[in-house]
Amino acid sequence: MAVISRGFGSRRRESSPDLPPGQFLTEDFPVLSAGPTPDIDTADWEFSIVFDGGETRKWSWDDLMALPIETINTDIHCVTRWSKLGTTWRGVSLDTLFEGIDTSYGYTMIHSYGGYTTNVPLEDLMDGKAWIAFEFDGEPLDPEHGGPARLLIPHLYFWKSAKWVRGIVMHENDDPGFWEQNGYHLYGDPWLEQRYW
Amino acid sequence: MTAAPSVTADWMVGTVTSTAYATPGGRVLALEVPHWPGNLAGQHLDLRLTAEDGYQAVRSYSIASVGFGSTVELAVDQIPDGEVSPYLTMDVMAGDQLEVRGPLGGWFVWKPTDPGPVQLIGGGSGVVPLVAMMREHVASGSDVPFKLLYSVRTNDDAFFYDEIRSLASPTIDVTFAFTRKTPYGFEGTAGRLTKESVERDTIPASENPTVFVCGPTGFVEAVANWLVALGHDPARVKTERFGGK
Repeated sequence: MAVISRGFGSRRRESSPDLPPGQFLTEDFPVLSAGPTPDIDTADWEFSIVFDGGETRKWSWDDLMALPIETINTDIHCVTRWSKLGTTWRGVSLDTLFEGIDTSYGYTMIHSYGGYTTNVPLEDLMDGKAWIAFEFDGEPLDPEHGGPARLLIPHLYFWKSAKWVRGIVMHENDDPGFWEQNGYHLYGDPWLEQRYW
Repeated sequence: MTAAPSVTADWMVGTVTSTAYATPGGRVLALEVPHWPGNLAGQHLDLRLTAEDGYQAVRSYSIASVGFGSTVELAVDQIPDGEVSPYLTMDVMAGDQLEVRGPLGGWFVWKPTDPGPVQLIGGGSGVVPLVAMMREHVASGSDVPFKLLYSVRTNDDAFFYDEIRSLASPTIDVTFAFTRKTPYGFEGTAGRLTKESVERDTIPASENPTVFVCGPTGFVEAVANWLVALGHDPARVKTERFGGK
């Protein structure tokens, strides 16, 4: 039973059934990063997936742009409690990048320019649930928000949607990434409020 | 990773024991939390308020206090259209109860066993976790070289202004940068930080400092980019941003 804070509650934020528990709506787009924003030229950008036996697939920026591009309308939820509803992105589905690959490993580690990592089970990247996104609300993605390209996994807390993404390494086990070693939940489902350890 | 005091799964009741205006829009709150497990310098907590009809709101705040006592100190800046910060900066009184959960975060923290030197750069209320680090430095008797660069509108807008000045010592160098107006007797003119002033007033990259930067998003973006341009290893520049862009 929660204690009552005397006199609290006169300035309530707008609510919505689309908000997971403990989240509030925001109209701006807060920036949360553990370090400086890397400066990445698309001419140097490269994305790779390293599979079980060390086999590697690589894409340049032009390779990525030549793949089928999808428009994604989605809500996003940050562990620091803000949510944005109805955001629009463009990107390439991870289903496209994993096409034709047979892997026995069930987990992935996402790697970013700048050294950030985050762990995601493979099944959370598949079946239309995750993208490499490079446009937000009709504009190229700002560097502060992960540009030129970030992972977009909107069904998990947004720290999983790694900014400045550069690759995926298949893992046999669900090893913790950067924030997952620094206090945040291994999986991060906003509807279950899986914020912290 | 050295284990931080572990976060307790449950919300803990905290009782406000004192409130004090620190700036025109910001207050320092002291909470008595009997079961507080202690916290490292730089960690934050979640604070939960419940209205009489059961409505709840939760926000995260940096912790200004350090160590294992049951007194937890927060410094809260009012966000004009906020719903929690106006309550904490205007309405809450000594004796009122709320709930906290934490401590949280294992990245933007400083421990006395960490190698030095350490450069702290704060903007506005972003100085709060940096004050915790300076307090820990003093409490632990550390001889790690510390340097603080605090950018703030005026001295009236500075959180912990008198305390920060009193913490200056042979091992803690303190530099204020006033962006709007300088106090009487201050050497230098008012103005925002620049790449040149950051270079002049911080530990050079050649000494491999760990740098903690905390403040509004635009401030942190600019400062962190200058630090990288000045040769700092991005992996040693730890940032905490608040607000949108």
